[in-house]
Amino acid sequence: MGHSHITVTEEKFEFTSAARKKILALLVAGVAILAAGIVIAMLGGGAHHEAGHAGIAGSEQLVASLDNPAATQGHDEGHHESPVWLKRLFTTLWMNNVYFVGLGIIGLFFVAIQYAAQAGWSAGIKRIPLAMAQWLPVAFVSTLVLWFITHHDIFHWTHSYLYDQNNPETYDEIIAGKAPFFFWPGESGGFPVFYILRMVVFFALWIWFFYAIRKNMLAEDQLGGTGFWYKNRSLSAWFLVFFAVSSSVAAWDWVMSIDTHWFSTMFGWYVFASWWVTGLALITLVVVHLKEAGYLKIVNANHLHDLGKFVFAFSIFWTYIWFGQFLLIWYAHIPEETVYFIERMRTSPYSWIFFANLILNFVLPFLLLMTRDAKRHMSMLKLVCPVVIIGHWFDFYNMVTPGVMKTQGGIGFIEIGTAFIFLAAFLWITLSSLSKMPLFGKNHPMLEESLHHHI
Amino acid sequence: MEADKHFVVGIFDDEDVLLEGVKKVRAVGIRIHEVYSPFPVHGLDEALGYARTRLPIAAFLFGMTGTILALTMQFWMLGYDWPMIIGGKNFASLPPFIPVTFELTVLLSALGMVATFLIVSDMKPYKWPRQFDIRSTDDKHVMAVDLAENAGKSKEEIMRILRESGASEVNEKNFE
Repeated sequence: MGHSHITVTEEKFEFTSAARKKILALLVAGVAILAAGIVIAMLGGGAHHEAGHAGIAGSEQLVASLDNPAATQGHDEGHHESPVWLKRLFTTLWMNNVYFVGLGIIGLFFVAIQYAAQAGWSAGIKRIPLAMAQWLPVAFVSTLVLWFITHHDIFHWTHSYLYDQNNPETYDEIIAGKAPFFFWPGESGGFPVFYILRMVVFFALWIWFFYAIRKNMLAEDQLGGTGFWYKNRSLSAWFLVFFAVSSSVAAWDWVMSIDTHWFSTMFGWYVFASWWVTGLALITLVVVHLKEAGYLKIVNANHLHDLGKFVFAFSIFWTYIWFGQFLLIWYAHIPEETVYFIERMRTSPYSWIFFANLILNFVLPFLLLMTRDAKRHMSMLKLVCPVVIIGHWFDFYNMVTPGVMKTQGGIGFIEIGTAFIFLAAFLWITLSSLSKMPLFGKNHPMLEESLHHHI
Repeated sequence: MEADKHFVVGIFDDEDVLLEGVKKVRAVGIRIHEVYSPFPVHGLDEALGYARTRLPIAAFLFGMTGTILALTMQFWMLGYDWPMIIGGKNFASLPPFIPVTFELTVLLSALGMVATFLIVSDMKPYKWPRQFDIRSTDDKHVMAVDLAENAGKSKEEIMRILRESGASEVNEKNFE
């Protein structure tokens, strides 16, 4: 507005020892809770679940009848299943891993969107999502390692007996039909070459784009000029094209293939929408906390307003995708599709999460962030963003768990402890990355525009 | 002097000069009737001291009207007035009603907002707007000061203040 002059002083985030201690405390708490959960589950786990079976016998029967015959007709020799507590641990590890991979890649996606859209308003806050993307190299390792440890329990399609045509007892025609998607060019039921290749290529390229964009941003701090901005714009455009494909395929690979028989053409969008709005809420929350700690003097209520609009709008977008997926399946009423929702809507303990999802991820952000003032005030953003972040954790919980645990799932110490551990690790990586670069690019060609942002 | 008839009209060439001018004019206690500009000027509302619009409240109420109307209509039609079996579902079931409800909410909210805006802005169909200076539709910003609203100050004094506040030209405008 006008010609008012704003002085910009360079800022650098300090990852204080107090902050480090808090995150370490979170980590220790997570480990303790997880250990307690495992001990409790090993000692008495599963006993109380038997009682729960009767009440939902009908739906369970339907689930079982639609499921792979091998699962209900006793287990194949050579295939040994982990105890319930270990399956639960594996499931929650994988679920948290996918959730936090999302937060990392959304950091890079946000930065790329800003460049590709030639956005000026966000010039002062781009380093926060950039720091979140620092999680990607860690996530690469954790995804690969976790996959190889947990895949037999989580991914039903990894069992070779499903593809053995000589054994009609265990052969699964539907899954065998999908085999090339996992195993090409190798043998069905062997090592999933194509699947692992996709995982490696996605992470490798995401990480490569992250380092390339980051390098340009930091070089711009030193050398200035508009050249680095243009370089990042074209890098971002290429990344976005790749991300459009890879995020969808990653959603099929890492989440949808758990329910191997089932498929939804909206699933890629669904996972993306959930990742995206969670990432936006986290970016907003970090910006608010940095501002309260005295950083980011160049960020004012107008920037918060835009971030709040993002969280508001994409909460509605997520609901739209959620409902779109549900309505099509509800209307068509094809058993192999509806089983997915029967497992989640009518099966304990997922049923309350299913409906809580809609309240946490739609009703609350929709009503609380509707007014202009709500989006401009840090207190409201500090209330709504955690709701969205936790809500979408439940969303991912309900995407992953029912397909693996069937009726034996639950939310207890194991799940909470694992979430704390992942959160602590993610915050540690993000904040230490943030402390290693200036908090905003002083030579960003659109910094001036961002200072005068007014809506 | 008759109210709403006799005006002093200041012409401004530049929006920054206009913004400063508005502040100066208001600082000496002159009430500005209205400012017309060929494009939106950022910060002009605040400079003129306008209260924030309550249009969002109207939008919300119209939207809620749409939601209620859509749900009532559909439940009445398909549940009571003319039940039909569609896809083997219950006569009145919520999921298929959601898209229609959403659309009617948006439609009524949008149309209601437009109507409210037109009425509040005095742009009713039978109302012919006053033209203070035709150049406000081209490249000039036009500030209108109602003499009746500023009875404490003489016409000459107001014209002088407007000129000193950056108006490139100050005219009189009288309506019959």
